Amino acid sequence: MIYKETGQYKSSYKSDHAIFPLLQDKIAFSTLMFIAFLIIPFVINSYWEKAILVPFLIFSLAAIGLNILTGYCGQVSLGTGGFMAVGAFSTYKIMTYFPDMNIMIIILISGLITAAVGIIFGLPSLRIKGFYLAVATLASQFFLVWLFNKVPWFYNYSDTGQITVSERTMFGIPVTGAEAPSYATYLFCLVLVVVLSFAAKNLIRSKMGRSWMAIRDMDIAAEIIGVPPLKTKLSAFAISSFYIGVAGALYFAVFLGAIEVTESFDIMTISFPVLFMIIIGGLGSMLGSFLGAAFVVTLPIGLKFLMVDMVGLSAVTAKHFEITIWGLLMIVFLIVEPHGLARLWSIAKEKLRRWPFPY
Amino acid sequence: MSLEDLKKIPYGKTAIELKNISLAFGGVKALTDVSFEVKKGEVFAIIGPNGAGKSSMLNVINGFYKPTSGTINFAGTDRSEMEPELAAKSGIARTFQNIALFKGMSTLDNLMTGRLLKQKQNFLMQAFYFGPVAKEEEEHRERVERVIDFLDLQSIRRTPVGSLPYGLQKRVELGRALAMEPEILLLDEPMAGMNVEEKQDMSRFVLTVNNELKTTIVLIEHDMGVVMDISDRIVVLDYGKKIGSGLPKEIRNNKAVIDAYLGVSDD
Repeated sequence: MIYKETGQYKSSYKSDHAIFPLLQDKIAFSTLMFIAFLIIPFVINSYWEKAILVPFLIFSLAAIGLNILTGYCGQVSLGTGGFMAVGAFSTYKIMTYFPDMNIMIIILISGLITAAVGIIFGLPSLRIKGFYLAVATLASQFFLVWLFNKVPWFYNYSDTGQITVSERTMFGIPVTGAEAPSYATYLFCLVLVVVLSFAAKNLIRSKMGRSWMAIRDMDIAAEIIGVPPLKTKLSAFAISSFYIGVAGALYFAVFLGAIEVTESFDIMTISFPVLFMIIIGGLGSMLGSFLGAAFVVTLPIGLKFLMVDMVGLSAVTAKHFEITIWGLLMIVFLIVEPHGLARLWSIAKEKLRRWPFPY
Repeated sequence: MSLEDLKKIPYGKTAIELKNISLAFGGVKALTDVSFEVKKGEVFAIIGPNGAGKSSMLNVINGFYKPTSGTINFAGTDRSEMEPELAAKSGIARTFQNIALFKGMSTLDNLMTGRLLKQKQNFLMQAFYFGPVAKEEEEHRERVERVIDFLDLQSIRRTPVGSLPYGLQKRVELGRALAMEPEILLLDEPMAGMNVEEKQDMSRFVLTVNNELKTTIVLIEHDMGVVMDISDRIVVLDYGKKIGSGLPKEIRNNKAVIDAYLGVSDD
């Protein structure tokens, strides 16, 4: 009875097509936005920024990107790290060549460059599916990381092979570089994430999203009703890569500030965790992308707090335990709830709808 | 060839003509030298024993298989083969023998996919859901709701089709084809595996579509009672060859057809 939808009648298709058709969802979302925009910026400190909020936002974006490709269009990709690296290095190169360009524009252009690269690496998807495609995208991961390591032009011939961000401002406040205040980096990421999430949601609920899902569920039937497989799959690769590219650009410019490609965009540090996010969160669910990102970002922090601060294990032992628990959780999740946290949430909603009655 | 060409053809005149179609997969001959024509506005049935090449025939018509030889005359234009996308654009919709719905999507979304070809807004407009996009979505939703009303699918509008019973899935698939507002509807065994009542419902839907919307229907069906009742003309295939064609009553008395169905004794 808490989550009551009876009595909320829709009298037009417009209101039925709304992103949040239920009053409760509208209230919850508005509250969340109020807290995110008007409360957190005033109370945020460097720890919350660096350890939780900014990585959560950036990985949400990457998870949305991968979810578009894998969850909605059904094309498995293990190349997330490589594509994030493209976003990061594009940002770096544009910053070097155009010192006066606005950081927001730089990041969006980096996303577009990644989209173009995504289309190229998406071409094999027209011929191969499933595991075989996963292996092909894995090749893109290794190739891109190798490329950024091997060709010194990408890191401006620096001796270490590292790329470092220079300071850029929005409205006079630095958002990149060491001097950027916590609230500025947080708000910068938040604005991008909110705008791009709405864009993704809109795409998913209109023509493009239905074409993707048609290809995912039954590509033969999709072709018969006039969905061109080539164009549709490549559009998913392009848009997915755009999101992942923007996430990579933020990861480098706003979050880390300085990166070394093999370390920061490795398959174990990016590609697999982002894939876990969408599996744990829920394939083919926007909410799932956020829940998965939140889970993956906060779990190590929570475990560390539990084991080091509460139980008193050494940091090294805790790290080993963390990896073990991580793997265990993955297995448990896939067995108990293969549809992810988003499904748990909808079950919870179902229960709340009937509460306090059991059925 | 286009949708306009097809629309211009008067009812009762030839809409699709298949001339000497042969189709082979390596050494297997699925179709040999089959010719027939489908007239606009009729219910045309393709029958034959299992493996006769009926589904292959439909696949040739909507471009999923490319015939080895022969031509397809579609709305006055000769072609050696069709393309699935072109067929869809020219007003051909179809259903499949073993249901090809989008299982993860709701009934409503499945039907909305039938409208995809008619939605023109580009993806940037969609991403920001500007005025024209919302308007277009609502317009197509309204069309889809009409199909939902016609097929009595209101109660399962939001249900993922993967969890629906078989008979309803068949109906949703017909709905998706109807949402395309086709000129020609290809139905591959729409009544397979249904009980008598479901068959009656489905026959009623097919006939109503044919009568009210004047949609040409090409049908494959094994239930002879249904076929004889609802079709205007019939073609019979056996081992990839055409063994008979004509009105239902002619088919019923055709020696070759009876032999193909019942077998011929050796003496």
